[in-house]
Amino acid sequence: MVSEDIERLITLLAKLPGLGPRSARRAALNLIKRKETLMQPLAKAMADAAAATKSCSTCGNLDTRDPCKLCHDPRRDDTIICVVEDVADLWALERTSAFRGRYHVLGGTLSALDGVNPQDLKIPELVQRVHAGGVKEVILATNATVDGQTTAHYIADRLEPLGVTVSGLAHGVPVGGELDYLDDGTLSAALKARGPV
Amino acid sequence: MEWSDNGIVLSARKHGETSLIVSLLTECHGRHAGLVRGGAGRRNRGLFEPGNLVRAQWRARLPDHLGTYTCELTRSVAADLMRDRLKLSGLSAVCAVTDAALSEREPHQALYQGLLILLDAFADDHLWPTIYVRWELGLLQELGFSLDLSACAATGKTDGLAYVSPKSGKAVSETAAAPYKDVLLPLPAFLLDSSRTGSPGDIHKALKMTGYFLNRHAFAPTSGHIPEARNRLMERFKTSTS
Repeated sequence: MVSEDIERLITLLAKLPGLGPRSARRAALNLIKRKETLMQPLAKAMADAAAATKSCSTCGNLDTRDPCKLCHDPRRDDTIICVVEDVADLWALERTSAFRGRYHVLGGTLSALDGVNPQDLKIPELVQRVHAGGVKEVILATNATVDGQTTAHYIADRLEPLGVTVSGLAHGVPVGGELDYLDDGTLSAALKARGPV
Repeated sequence: MEWSDNGIVLSARKHGETSLIVSLLTECHGRHAGLVRGGAGRRNRGLFEPGNLVRAQWRARLPDHLGTYTCELTRSVAADLMRDRLKLSGLSAVCAVTDAALSEREPHQALYQGLLILLDAFADDHLWPTIYVRWELGLLQELGFSLDLSACAATGKTDGLAYVSPKSGKAVSETAAAPYKDVLLPLPAFLLDSSRTGSPGDIHKALKMTGYFLNRHAFAPTSGHIPEARNRLMERFKTSTS
């Protein structure tokens, strides 16, 4: 029904998160209809990004330069490092504008199921960064999952001898959350982490 | 095919964008996997963490099929242990060992009940490591490799037991063990008395012993190795004694 090139475009689009074969077909059709205004600029942007994007050798963030924009920014606080599992987590924290320190992307979590061991993550690089000096606090912003917290405890053990403050994110009631709709685990964690009002 | 059962989450692996393949240790159906549609979505966040207790409904067209699970959380265990590094290691280890050692779809009601007791015992800082070791002894028994710690393999005496033979899995007394100490596994005294709990050093020795037999009987034959999570638990007890 469609040519080989278009079929290839649909197949590749269907591999993107959130897109199945049907939605990929719709996206492809939309792109073809808006060739000059959308398809060609998108193709160019993708080719440029593919050619220029690299992983930051300091923190593991994705950027077009190495060291990345965040590591290069002199206004950021060098004494605090926030450790995240993935680049997506780094971007999520950056959206809040609440953290003005440096980052370190681990590239995953320890996982018995997937056979991910400490040497598969960027933990030695983190220890090396802290060991190099100048860091006063490391914030472990790993996910509130068993794997995420196991990884956080492992890193805390490794950093303990270096004499830096190691902290973790709080677990509890989200902003706008209603207690009635929260799961038992979150409520229990929120009660344990209660503070003075 | 359809059944409902109580289960303990052992592991959850992402399948596609929104689904999970969840492995449960169920009360009547043993270790049983199933697909959870939408399990990786926002609504089910936190439900499929290892150690959580669920009420599960499994459906499939044929008994051999993977089937789909519908689960409801009955007790959140993982969330309570996340801040405690030793207990979280214990929880990860017990779930990983269970998931790796048991065959699928073979009922192990005693192990299920034992695991429930262990999950309750996590509330007691001193008790749970002892229960953990006893649970591993129970696992070996369920797998058909029960250790005999009742009498000395060489003399038949019931007192002065201090070692375990790595060959037979039987206890050996201090005197009978004298010429072979180097090749025998130390037997911590708390395992001979059900009213006693073990010190961190004893727990480390006991984990070394049960780990040896688990590796030999449960993991090595399937060309696997003991889960990394359990090695990390042993490492934690080792560092807490040094």
